[in-house]
Amino acid sequence: MPTWVQLAYLAAGVCFILALKGLSSPRTARRGNLIGAAAAAAATVVVFFQTDLQNVQLIIGAIVIGSVIGAVGARKVQMTQMPQMVALFNGVGGGAAALVALLELSEFLHVGADIESFTAFATAFTVLIGAVSFAGSVVTFAKLQELMTTRPVVFAGMPVVVGLVVVGSIVLTVLLTISPEMPVAVALAVLGLAFGLLLVLPVGGADVPIVISLLNAFTGLTVAASGYILENPLLLIAGTLVGASGTLLTILMAKGMGRSVLNTLFGAFRGGSTLGGGTASDRPVKSATPEDVAIMLGYANRVIIVPGYGLAVAQAQHTLRELVDQLSDRGITIDYAIHPVAGRMPGHMNVLLAEAQVPYEQLREMDDINGEFKSADVVLVVGANDVVNPAARTEPGAPIYGMPILDADHAQQIVFMKRSMRPGFAGIENELLFDPKTTLLFGDAKDTMGKLLNGVKGL
Amino acid sequence: MNEPMVWLTIFVLSVFVGVEVVSKVSSTLHTPLMSGANAIHGIILVGAILVTGSTDEPVAIGIGLLAVVLAAINLVGGFVVTDRMLEMFSGKKKPARPAESDDSKVGGAL
Repeated sequence: MPTWVQLAYLAAGVCFILALKGLSSPRTARRGNLIGAAAAAAATVVVFFQTDLQNVQLIIGAIVIGSVIGAVGARKVQMTQMPQMVALFNGVGGGAAALVALLELSEFLHVGADIESFTAFATAFTVLIGAVSFAGSVVTFAKLQELMTTRPVVFAGMPVVVGLVVVGSIVLTVLLTISPEMPVAVALAVLGLAFGLLLVLPVGGADVPIVISLLNAFTGLTVAASGYILENPLLLIAGTLVGASGTLLTILMAKGMGRSVLNTLFGAFRGGSTLGGGTASDRPVKSATPEDVAIMLGYANRVIIVPGYGLAVAQAQHTLRELVDQLSDRGITIDYAIHPVAGRMPGHMNVLLAEAQVPYEQLREMDDINGEFKSADVVLVVGANDVVNPAARTEPGAPIYGMPILDADHAQQIVFMKRSMRPGFAGIENELLFDPKTTLLFGDAKDTMGKLLNGVKGL
Repeated sequence: MNEPMVWLTIFVLSVFVGVEVVSKVSSTLHTPLMSGANAIHGIILVGAILVTGSTDEPVAIGIGLLAVVLAAINLVGGFVVTDRMLEMFSGKKKPARPAESDDSKVGGAL
């Protein structure tokens, strides 16, 4: 490898560090991302000078095709669907890493090279974890896109099947490390795919983003291992960075939900949890017309709004902002309370509201505002459910148990804007809906919000 | 230092850097950070190019090209989607910095 190529890889590695560093602060995030993109582009050019490559035209064609698919997909996706897009991109990355390892192994075997056992182990690791990441990501995509149920999927004997797959994966990994053979590697890839499916199926709705983050870290580690196999330091550095930061991010996210990563993954196996509740309940609730609620809001002193994913899906943010302006004009103190995992991913709600140009200073974080619910006359919950569900405090069996929530139940009155009585993403019923202090306002969030706005204007 | 030790050293140091750079990030940025990290591992594209360029077996070339396409989707899509997300945050000032002109000056100085 020419020295200048090695130096270019080193520079690209440094740029990736700067990119990650930049992404940890809002002020430098965009620049950081651009630095990372530039480094990636440079490295992609440099690789053609690393050694004599064959099939160059085909490769360039494939790069163009992949880039167009990636760019178009990324531009077209709606902000509400961002999490599943990230999952999908992660999956194809993991798949690519597994294929690269398989090909490198076949190349080693083809030329009859002596494969060191650590290289063989790194190959086994990449094939297995890459396949896990690919299959797992496809399932998370299907869950978030609601192509399948978002609730945990478990079947009788599942722990046994998972156990067999794990044991089989370990055996094949050892086998491949001792004597590298292509059929073993392919079998390991197949087991990895099965492992990926089994890993993600039992994970329930609200926990899916944590798993995306975990699989992201997995893919990073496979890229690091490929770097070792291919003797390419850039892949080792970049992959390790993502693997390490991704692991930490996963732990931070799990902590934000008040649980451990292991609990997230295997919680459903313990069974007996609240897997019921997937259907609407027929217990009595109090509902009202938009006009009633308009009066309730218009004569309040203090109102807190809890926005959720449903708000963004209905594209009701702009109307909500108008409503907030109207209420502010009437001298009402009003804030948005943002739960860290509102939306489909940590920080997702901030992205969605930022898109709707809701002023940043009105967005209050959970720890900051939780003490103020007591003094709020009305809490208006728009399209959110799980983040205000008191079951997180009171029901040890609930999938969201232990997750810090917004204390909406402490307010004098609670108004829920909902389309139906269907439970939220976590698939559990919200006791708060049946609270005597709670009023339900059924309908599409945008439509109802418009009526509410007119109601307040007419006061 | 023998070669495996060099690789091990790079690996261990990278772990610490990786942990260090994201250790104090606020939950507001978790989504873009995850997406940005996701884009970075798309650099497996370099590996996909290397293996595809070093074979002349048709089947291997086919699989290699598939890997190139997948890796390019990951890399390009990842960076574009992250940029779109971060675009939403730009221009949004924290309450402590009301004067926009001040901010642009700081940005220009950097």
